[in-house]
Amino acid sequence: MFSALYTYASPQAFYPLAGRMIPWFASAAVLFAAAGLYVGFFVAPTDATQGEAYRIIFLHVPAAWMSMFIYLVMAGWAGLGLVLNTRLSGMMASALAPTGAMFTFLALWSGALWGRPTWGTYWVWDARLTSELILLFLYLGFIALKEAIEDPRRADRASAILALVGVVNVPIIYFSVQWWNTLHQGASVSLTAAPKMAATMLAGMLLMVLAAWMYSIAVSLARVRAIILERERDAAWVREAVA
Amino acid sequence: MGAAFAMTLRRDLLIALRRKSDAANVLLFFVIVASLFPLGTGAEPGQIRAMGAGVIWVGALLASLLSLPRLFAADAADGTLEQMLVSAQPLAAVVAGKIAAHWLTTGLPLALIAPLLGLQYGLPADALAVLLAAVLIGTPVLSLVGAVGAALTLGVRGAGVLAAILVLPLCVPALVFGAGAVTASLSGLDPSPHLSLLGALLAVSLVFGLWASCAALRVALD
Repeated sequence: MFSALYTYASPQAFYPLAGRMIPWFASAAVLFAAAGLYVGFFVAPTDATQGEAYRIIFLHVPAAWMSMFIYLVMAGWAGLGLVLNTRLSGMMASALAPTGAMFTFLALWSGALWGRPTWGTYWVWDARLTSELILLFLYLGFIALKEAIEDPRRADRASAILALVGVVNVPIIYFSVQWWNTLHQGASVSLTAAPKMAATMLAGMLLMVLAAWMYSIAVSLARVRAIILERERDAAWVREAVA
Repeated sequence: MGAAFAMTLRRDLLIALRRKSDAANVLLFFVIVASLFPLGTGAEPGQIRAMGAGVIWVGALLASLLSLPRLFAADAADGTLEQMLVSAQPLAAVVAGKIAAHWLTTGLPLALIAPLLGLQYGLPADALAVLLAAVLIGTPVLSLVGAVGAALTLGVRGAGVLAAILVLPLCVPALVFGAGAVTASLSGLDPSPHLSLLGALLAVSLVFGLWASCAALRVALD
């Protein structure tokens, strides 16, 4: 078990493994998305109070969950790289950041489009919206810091510290609807209580979450392969792999 | 450890004392920014009273950002910082001394002048007291978080703007609770929950800010 982990901690060994994993995760993403969209648009009933507008949850909730989850995974990789000094960890963190930023933006954007018909406004300065916006700034700051430092090893370690400091924001977003009385609704789904929504709605949403998850893995693996090639461009195996 | 802290504090204060204009300019910037808002938004008394605390806090945030390059950049340029890193003294004590000096030359003056600006915004006396308390508790947070940003961007091209991008989102909680305390007092509520949260924020950033600044300095001068 651990010997396999050690083997694949080397970019050279991980590069072909990532290449083999991408098609699986990509096809899983397509299948889950197709199933989720079908359930979401054709099976799930119309909401009693929000009408058809609620159907944006099939995009909004997966995007919002992934925006927070990817940050945690990214910070986890970054912290691992800081502690164990492994090269691949920093590359994984940089590969995850753009996808996380994309999902954060998508959550904000779809939330604005949802807010207009249900709340009557695109944007409110509500605790959850604001902290999600800060999450976007944290992602962009992470990317900006990484881009600004020439030496990739130093860039990895400096941005790892930033990612770890920013982790404080994730629980604030998650619990903001409980801590503050806000316009944003509370969680409809929890592990401890029965979901407050129709079973088919929940099924469609969870399928879309899985699709977003698989998509994130596939895209990050593709991106980490590009980063590996770029960083290891002077190594002999890269010349062979590219030739 | 205490000796290293005291030595660094004394040294940085002495440097600040010999370059008085640096600290004075930051203060001047703060006053100018706070004076610009009523000119831009119109000086209707009810409106400026409502936004006064927020404007003063944003001004303090920007002013303390402007002073960040002073924190490490000069010492890094002449090699002093490297000597501090390799010395037998714990780095945390040295960095704590530098941050304390930064607060004494930036945050404390900002806090002392904030009630005067609050007066310009028509804040009543009890709100002014709350504002002073909030800025006194909040500016050390700005110095601590700012130190992380300054250390992370040490020697990086475009360091000033980059440090601002990194630090400003992390300072949002201080802004929210700091301005919230004054707003609560204006609407007749008890401001102490906001001040307590601000104090908790100070405790957290004292631990994490110091750790992250030291780690970032080690990365920067590796």
